[in-house]
Amino acid sequence: MLFLAGGLELSPIKPDVGLLLWTAIAFIVFWYMMSKFAFGPIKDALKKRDLDIKTALDKAEEAKAQIGDLEAEHKALVAKTQEERAAILKEANDTKNSIIEEAKAKAKSETDRLLTNAKLEIENQKKKAITEVKNQVGMMAIEIAEKVIKKDLANDANQKSFVNQLVDDIKLN
Amino acid sequence: MRKFLIINLLVILVACFQTSVMAQNHDHSGHNHSSHDGHSHAGHDHSSHAGHDHGSHAGHDHESHAGHDHAHDGHGAHHMVCGVESDHSFDIGATALHHIADANVFTIGPLHIPLPVILYSKDQGVNVFTTKKFHNATLAHHADGHIAHNGYVLHGGTIKRIDPTYKVNGQSFNSNADVDIKGYVWQPAPIYDKDGKDTGKTKETAFACDGKNLWKLENSSTADFGLFGGGFTSFIDFSLTKNVVSMLLICLLLFFVFRSVARAYAKREGKEPKGLQSLMEVFVVFIRDEVAIPFLGHKWEKYFGLLASIFFFIVGLNLFGQIPFFGNANVTGNLAVTAVIAIIAFIVTNINGNGHYWGHLLNPPGVPFFVKIILVPVELMGIFIKPITLMLRLFANIAAGHIVLVVFVGLIFVFGKEGTNIFGGYATGIGSVLLSLFMMAIELIVAFVQAFVFTLLTASYIGAATEEAHH
Repeated sequence: MLFLAGGLELSPIKPDVGLLLWTAIAFIVFWYMMSKFAFGPIKDALKKRDLDIKTALDKAEEAKAQIGDLEAEHKALVAKTQEERAAILKEANDTKNSIIEEAKAKAKSETDRLLTNAKLEIENQKKKAITEVKNQVGMMAIEIAEKVIKKDLANDANQKSFVNQLVDDIKLN
Repeated sequence: MRKFLIINLLVILVACFQTSVMAQNHDHSGHNHSSHDGHSHAGHDHSSHAGHDHGSHAGHDHESHAGHDHAHDGHGAHHMVCGVESDHSFDIGATALHHIADANVFTIGPLHIPLPVILYSKDQGVNVFTTKKFHNATLAHHADGHIAHNGYVLHGGTIKRIDPTYKVNGQSFNSNADVDIKGYVWQPAPIYDKDGKDTGKTKETAFACDGKNLWKLENSSTADFGLFGGGFTSFIDFSLTKNVVSMLLICLLLFFVFRSVARAYAKREGKEPKGLQSLMEVFVVFIRDEVAIPFLGHKWEKYFGLLASIFFFIVGLNLFGQIPFFGNANVTGNLAVTAVIAIIAFIVTNINGNGHYWGHLLNPPGVPFFVKIILVPVELMGIFIKPITLMLRLFANIAAGHIVLVVFVGLIFVFGKEGTNIFGGYATGIGSVLLSLFMMAIELIVAFVQAFVFTLLTASYIGAATEEAHH
């Protein structure tokens, strides 16, 4: 074996007592110091950063979902508004039409009423006139009769022409 | 990916430079070695050595070291140390292993940085000084010390002690003063058993020469309990070695990098990562999402610090070991280092093992008794085998990478016939450089893969131990 060759008094496979001790001290101190002042804080910082990134991503996702909700809500609202507008317009239209119809009907009925009234009035006036005419005719007849009576009723011919004349007068009326 | 490729390219360019420098060195190296007393030092550190010998070439990586070994070894044949001829020829395997071993000096380019030394021995107590004590007034460009300080010497970049029980003419070495050392030599020394009896066998042993006598050197204690030829000796070296310093540097660097990244997270809370922060986040998130969470589930946070520490500690040291000129520390390719991390992984796994884990281990449900007799011991062995494989896998991968690089470069000196065959040296040099470049590229990937595998398996072991019952 090469390691055991004569004359070879030092080799790395013979652990030096001093080196063992110093390595143990150095490594344990290194381990403690690094854990406490370097790897510990780095580990925590990395963990915190990972967590922060995760939270940020989650929040972004949440915000995205919220925005989606808002959008849907907004759309619904717009749709609803449009619907309402249409309903209102329709209602207004209906109202307008009904008002026009009503107005028309009212106008018609008024016209009818006025016409009827006018007719009635005319009728009444007519009747009144006729009555008056009748009354006058009666009065005239009476006058005629009076006159006839007053006149000589000796002459038949006179009588007849007179009556005819009277009758013609009546016809003129 | 792009960033990785660019880094890769840079390293390759640097490697080109380095290997070309090295090849030149090689051509010079067979000749005029003037100053040293023929030591056959195998394990000294690298580049500055060259500067010393040749005066001209500044930085080169550990691979180049092979050349010096060879040079000195060949050279040593012409020099006598205390009347003993040192004639070790170039041994490519030994050279490679020496290069990946730890050392008590840190080399950056041509500079030797003295390192703190902390030594303990029963008879001398604790000694604290720096490796400067082993050198002359100016820091020598050599990893062999010229002075024995309190009986300790620097041989091949490693601190050794002159055996306090070793006597020449009834006299022990004077370990209370600084003594000049003329050189070092290897020669067989008899092996004594525990009772001090001569076993009749000999072992190649290093000796230091003080000008009159040769003094037997002892290695520092190792925790292999004699398994690999080491064991406890008369002293323990607690020094801040090259590996320890590299480790501390990388720990500090990683701490400041990740501290600033953590601050960036606090400052730029909730914002996208930027600059260094975004570069490191890739790795941190990778460890979290590919290692921690898949194996540990909701308990991942408790173990994240450990897993990330293991990953960055290993990957940092793997990459640090690949920087040319800069120490070339083979930290994660050292069994002591991987053992410590594996032991920590083992302790964390078993401390956190829950009832479900131990229950399945010690009394697997639905298994006939006679099978249990076999299964339970196997499972119990498995507890220990797991960290052992962790330890060996990382060690072997990184050490192998370093060894292969040294060997490729060492081939130049083998085929260059130690500097005498210039044609052979050049021809092999071209091939070796190409192979070295390829290996360095591969090693970059290995640096990440092995750190990842170590972390992943640790996570899976902890995950298995803390898994809750689901049936």
